[in-house]
Amino acid sequence: MKRRTEWLTSLPTLVWLSLFVVIPTLLVFAIAFRPATPYGGVGSGWTLETVRSLATPSYLAIAWRTLWMSLLTTALCLVLALPAGYTIARAAARWRNRLLMLVIIPFWTSFLVRVFAWKSLLHPEGPVKRALEALGLVGPGATLLYHPATVVLVMVYTFLPFTILPIYAAAEKFDFRLVEAARDLGARPFQSFRKVFLPGIRRGVVTAVLVVFIPALGSYIIPDLVGGPSGEMLGNKIAQRVFSDRNLPHASALSAVLVLAVLAPLIGVLALQKKGRKSDIVIGEAP
Amino acid sequence: MRRSRFPIVVTALVLGFLYLPILILVANSFNPARFSSRWEGFSLVWYARLFESPEIWQAVRTTLIIAVSATAVSVVLGTTAAYALHRFGASRLQRVHYTLIYQPLVVPEILMGISLLMAFVAAGVRLGLLTIFLAHVTFCVSYVAMTVLGRLQDFDFSVIEAARDLGATPWQSTRRVLLPMLMPGIVAGALLAFTLSVDDFVITFFVAGPGSTTLPLRIYSMIKYGAPPMINALSTLLLTVTLTAVLLSQRLARRSQ
Repeated sequence: MKRRTEWLTSLPTLVWLSLFVVIPTLLVFAIAFRPATPYGGVGSGWTLETVRSLATPSYLAIAWRTLWMSLLTTALCLVLALPAGYTIARAAARWRNRLLMLVIIPFWTSFLVRVFAWKSLLHPEGPVKRALEALGLVGPGATLLYHPATVVLVMVYTFLPFTILPIYAAAEKFDFRLVEAARDLGARPFQSFRKVFLPGIRRGVVTAVLVVFIPALGSYIIPDLVGGPSGEMLGNKIAQRVFSDRNLPHASALSAVLVLAVLAPLIGVLALQKKGRKSDIVIGEAP
Repeated sequence: MRRSRFPIVVTALVLGFLYLPILILVANSFNPARFSSRWEGFSLVWYARLFESPEIWQAVRTTLIIAVSATAVSVVLGTTAAYALHRFGASRLQRVHYTLIYQPLVVPEILMGISLLMAFVAAGVRLGLLTIFLAHVTFCVSYVAMTVLGRLQDFDFSVIEAARDLGATPWQSTRRVLLPMLMPGIVAGALLAFTLSVDDFVITFFVAGPGSTTLPLRIYSMIKYGAPPMINALSTLLLTVTLTAVLLSQRLARRSQ
């Protein structure tokens, strides 16, 4: 009876997710070894040609850029989110909810709209360029858009709320008397932060790193809209292979590389967890 | 002992950083100038243009059809899954189940988009409303399941046993006791699913076909091929709608506590 209820309640999602997540993912790996047809389809037979072509310098450059831009974005998000999460956790209850709300609202607003807001801010006719020109910091011919740095800036902007939430969630459970004790014992503010607070919220930091780094690796819209050719990432190459060249095996091979890149940090964290004490990863909780 | 001011200053800067671009965008939606650098007085001209555009209304309709149907299906699937995960959490089957449900939450959207596209191409399904609906249900299920699971964690199952002892059938105890008590979690999950569906661009972009342009797809082509002032107006309207929804759901959540 109990066994039957378990299967009855689990089967619908198991079937759905097998059909639309597991099989499609396996298919991506399979199609990477299929030849492309001239009409944009997938041919029969097997070939290693596509996978070999990934080792060309242009792809390696894109992969390397994707990696460092994602790492930089993660680092910048952490630097901003740690003080913010700390402040929100230490604020008086009345303020805490308001501050939290302010962090959550951008999470609910359209992703495209937020990227567009930056595109028009940094536009050659936009306010930021005008201000910098007035201050004499940039010449009239300078472009603020279409740099790798622009992509990192906008990625930090869109991922920052996701970083603050897990850090806040961990900081809220942290016993701040430990920091005070450290200060009483003569630690400087930064020392007590680094040696007491940071280890205390380790789990929140790990979650924050994962929720930024993994989606950053798969970024597509941001480099597409503000990146230009010098800010292209792996996601743009995948989309180009699908929409411009219609070479599905090539797109599959690139996606397979991305899957492996995403799995690496996840497996790393799981391995660390197995070694250390139990510490579950909390994905940014839904408000 | 004085607490360092530094974290507070950074927090203020962070909030400024988060809100300034949005506020400038809202202000510019009322600016009749074609380029946003100069303020030329208050005007609703871009809103008027927006309301005259039939493509926008068509896109809104498509978006709502998909969002409502995907939310309905994913709420049923997700709630059932959350129940199974909570009730039978220790079994091996549920560990597999949990891993499957968790996957769409961590995998970058572009990977889900491309793998679904490959599957639809391989199966010979024509891209359009149906494929977008299937894709949206797939990512919404996980969010609903996680939200309802959070609610179930505080649920006391002895209430169900009490109902059964008093003669309720399994169906009655589910419908009359379990579902009403889970309702806030289910509503929160539905709201999240709806918002995610309305907002999704990347996955939709991969599995959309001709004649199935959703609002985000329309906005994207407007950004890409130039109609900036109209996007300002459209974005402001979207912001107002989501903000109202968030505040309303917060109100509801507070009242139910």
